[in-house]
Amino acid sequence: MPNIRYDGQDYAVQPRETVLDCLLRNNVAISYLCKAGSCQSCLVKGSDGTVPEFAQRGLKDTLRTQSYFLACSCVPKGDLTVAPAGNDQRTPALITRLESLNDTVLRVRLRAEAPFGYFAGQYVSLFRDDGLARSYSLASLPDESELELHVRRIPGGAMSEWLHRTAQTGTRLWLQCPAGNCFYLPGDVGQPLLLAGTGTGLAPLYGIVRDALRQGHTGPVWLFQGALTRSGLYLTGELAELERTWPNFHYVRSVPQHGDQAGEAEAGTLDDCILRRFPSLAGWKGYVCGDPQLVNSLRKKLFLAGMGSKAIYADAFLSSVR
Amino acid sequence: METVLTPHEATLYEQLGGEAAVDAAVDIFYRKVLSDSRISSFFDGVDMDRQAAKQKAFLTMAFGGPHSYTGLDMRRGHQHLVARGLNDSHFDAVVELLGATLAELGVAPDLIAKVAAIAESTRNDVLNR
Repeated sequence: MPNIRYDGQDYAVQPRETVLDCLLRNNVAISYLCKAGSCQSCLVKGSDGTVPEFAQRGLKDTLRTQSYFLACSCVPKGDLTVAPAGNDQRTPALITRLESLNDTVLRVRLRAEAPFGYFAGQYVSLFRDDGLARSYSLASLPDESELELHVRRIPGGAMSEWLHRTAQTGTRLWLQCPAGNCFYLPGDVGQPLLLAGTGTGLAPLYGIVRDALRQGHTGPVWLFQGALTRSGLYLTGELAELERTWPNFHYVRSVPQHGDQAGEAEAGTLDDCILRRFPSLAGWKGYVCGDPQLVNSLRKKLFLAGMGSKAIYADAFLSSVR
Repeated sequence: METVLTPHEATLYEQLGGEAAVDAAVDIFYRKVLSDSRISSFFDGVDMDRQAAKQKAFLTMAFGGPHSYTGLDMRRGHQHLVARGLNDSHFDAVVELLGATLAELGVAPDLIAKVAAIAESTRNDVLNR
């Protein structure tokens, strides 16, 4: 059985056990979140051994060459020394503004204290001083002076409750390498784009939409925002304003039932509202973000309506496994 | 009729158009599979990206292209589906949809028959018997 050395201690890895599971089994405090190789919260650095290629999937070249890897995705073949990525791979950022967008969603604006490059629509791991980590999508654009996150308050959620109740302007947090491939790349500027999401799935979409429009996308851009009730919809004013500014941008809000409060929202589920308007989506490009169940069912429906499997970019928000 | 193969004669995979043909076929084929009520339930809840990659690997093999499938892979990969009732009728449906996909792309009937024969050769492994 291979051994891993962490913080001067040796731990025997059981068959098929990952580095993360081995450390957790031995009560080692280590940051982690999704356990699925997505959030990159469990980034660690290897030395004195071989890091399996699989454990480095999705990491930037610069991190790979330095033997960084994801502890949750690494089943070591031989002995390996493992060190926490620590703050050398994290960018400090100060909270600059906190604003309620509706009953449950808080807009958190941060100013990075060092250059922080990303694509609009990617997500970051946000670390508190004590190592508590959660992933959030970026709603801002890379050339804006502040980073923007939309944080839904989850009852009992350690990070979200703290951000909603305790965090203040000036509080310092740490950001780790942006990840995810749900973003806009200029290519066919006339291609129709469809963006759909519920809840804070709107955050990455809000970034992607504005990025595409500013990069000169000329084809129609349709954003569908869904919520269970009208009060679940947010940023409606900003999006309506965006619709007035850009003639090729169209914004549709939907709630499942047409109650008295529906207002300007359409009645119906998100997929109904989309497919009613566009029964055929051949030649479109799609972005789907938010709740995993919604994302998986919607991408299948978009595909069956003719959208190419490679033309659908999806970001399913995994919840914390803790 | 006997066909004399010369060293330069195109393989089935080349005749079909290689990887570009697989790319053209994969979405059409997978869409048919997901829409067909005889078999679509076997694909409920699967990750679409991963499934599309598997469909591409399967089509590459059926097109006579480079692949690393073994009979054992086929068995292991479908074991849980056989436990859920996967049988000959479902296998027949997949072969039928494969043929319909190729016909839609304008592939000649004799080449479709060759692809179907390759797919057919995996039947016993897929059905774990």
